[in-house]
Amino acid sequence: MTNYKINKQGFYGKFGGAFIPEMLHANISNLQNQYLKIMEDPDFQRQFKKLLRDYVGRPTPLYFAERLSAHYNTQIYLKREDLCHTGAHKINNTIGQIILAQKLGKSRIIAETGAGQHGVATATVCALMGIECIIYMGEKDIERQAPNVSRMKMLGAEVRPAKSGSKTLKDATNEAIRDWIDNPVDTHYIIGSVVGPHPYPDMVARFQSVISEEIRYQLIDKTGKAYPDHIIACVGGGSNAAGAIYHYIEEKNCNIILCEAAGKGIDTDHSAATSILGSQGIIHGSLTILMQDQEGQITEPYSISAGLDYPGIGPLHAALIDGQRAEVHSVTDDEALKAGYQLSKLEGIIPALETAHAFAVLDKRSFDKDETVVINLSGRGDKDLKTYIAHL
Amino acid sequence: MNPISQLFKNKKERILNIYFTAGYPNLDDTTDIILSLQKAGVDLIEVGIPYSDPLADGTTIQDSSQTALHNGISLQLALDQIESIKDQVTVPLIVMGYYNQFLQFGMEQFVQRLVACGISGVIIPDLPMDYYESHYKELFQSNNIAVNFLITPETSPLRIQKVDQLSEGFIYMVSRSSITGAASDISDEQKQYFERISNMHLNTPRLIGFGIHDKTSFDMACQYVQGAIIGSAFIRYLKEYGVEGIGEFVDRIFDN
Repeated sequence: MTNYKINKQGFYGKFGGAFIPEMLHANISNLQNQYLKIMEDPDFQRQFKKLLRDYVGRPTPLYFAERLSAHYNTQIYLKREDLCHTGAHKINNTIGQIILAQKLGKSRIIAETGAGQHGVATATVCALMGIECIIYMGEKDIERQAPNVSRMKMLGAEVRPAKSGSKTLKDATNEAIRDWIDNPVDTHYIIGSVVGPHPYPDMVARFQSVISEEIRYQLIDKTGKAYPDHIIACVGGGSNAAGAIYHYIEEKNCNIILCEAAGKGIDTDHSAATSILGSQGIIHGSLTILMQDQEGQITEPYSISAGLDYPGIGPLHAALIDGQRAEVHSVTDDEALKAGYQLSKLEGIIPALETAHAFAVLDKRSFDKDETVVINLSGRGDKDLKTYIAHL
Repeated sequence: MNPISQLFKNKKERILNIYFTAGYPNLDDTTDIILSLQKAGVDLIEVGIPYSDPLADGTTIQDSSQTALHNGISLQLALDQIESIKDQVTVPLIVMGYYNQFLQFGMEQFVQRLVACGISGVIIPDLPMDYYESHYKELFQSNNIAVNFLITPETSPLRIQKVDQLSEGFIYMVSRSSITGAASDISDEQKQYFERISNMHLNTPRLIGFGIHDKTSFDMACQYVQGAIIGSAFIRYLKEYGVEGIGEFVDRIFDN
């Protein structure tokens, strides 16, 4: 089996690295040199674990979804990241990075956000620590994720609209990177996914790996099994997926299923199914798989879900897909909406639209009756009510 | 000898490098702009290849890139445009673009095309030095294409020495930690940075870029290095006055 561990230069096999302009070099190389040292420090670990427990509300439950299981005639467990403070897994990473930023002596935080979940999670930890916070968000996303914009503002963050390109997550990321270039000394950039230049993909995956760390002992406790037969997560950049699979990557009997946003369909111009429509290239400083034209111009993606509306995928996932370690499904807007409604009615849980993509896979392939299937319920759907209702 | 290195050997001061975006303001302006800049006496011309996600560029260049892409420019077309006037161009040309564009084109094919078009150098801001050294140095050197790396106020002395070793034509000295492209006076902090670099006695000549927008800032830069690069200010001027205004723009910078 291929080794999916990151090497010193930040590559997972051929994917990853740090393709950044010189203006970012000082900050990125400093992070590369410091992140593991800081993260492995006992003092850091104490502070991180304490906040995850007392502030985020970890461990989140691993819940046996009885009615959903009966419906699909298999054994489905839900990892309830939707119950984290702020309503999604994103805060696991922002808690980690805000402590790290403090250790690096930074006094100003910037972040990008798509669905607003990472923006809210960043604004939250900045309020918690009393640090200035600026969130870049695509103009289009500001419109479709209004509740999260209000949340960020209420938490004291400044929300700056990204008006270039497709006015979504990709462009918000560009703007955040430019801000960092302009403010290299006092600012730390909290990237919200397993994307960007090394060390971000590895650092964010490590912070999110608390998810699979918990699943592992919770599953043993509930079923006696060391690993699930299948683990399912949605993938935009891929942070919740990276966290959910982290401790199972080397466990070859655990099937990894990633769900991408197909938007209106992979044969239309409105899609974000990167692994199918994409090819190898550079996006946001990482050599990975992305949607681009023949000239290497990055394509504007589309998904009903702002969090999956991204033309790239983290380099770890690119390696997993390229090495055929992960099974990938593309899920259309309609399929995701339907899965979201179904979960609401069968289990009383309204998932985020991003998360609903993971549940749609249940209609796309069958699972054996005795198989254990874990789905990472990465976020709750409060922010998406407007979209859900419009498609009622 | 590479024409850029030759230039720095022959002309020791007040070297003016003008950046413009290929295919802007109009798709077919590329060739007229090059020839007008040459006629006006510019020493070096940097042709920007528009990119969808230009991370290291400020708003003015981003906007011009968007317009040019909308006009239908591509790397292929920009190179064809340059090749069509190859025999009339004596000023060394540099192509600036992002790594992914050249990666998709095919790096070897790209270098072959540069040679065929008579282009002397490249600036690829997101191609890291180490990666260049291990993957592409041989390719560029054997084809006599100069690769010009950037340094910023944050670049460490050790790294600057590495840039000095690897840069073929000149070192692109980013004047400040800001890419907004806005016009402002040169601060004392920047002057200290310029002096610090001068005192390192590097082998490779330097040009200062970012924020150089008029005669005053050009003159100021020339006190510290052999010349400077003007980008955003030229794009703004082009937008307002078109290709016909190029002579006057250059005259104002050079005017003694």
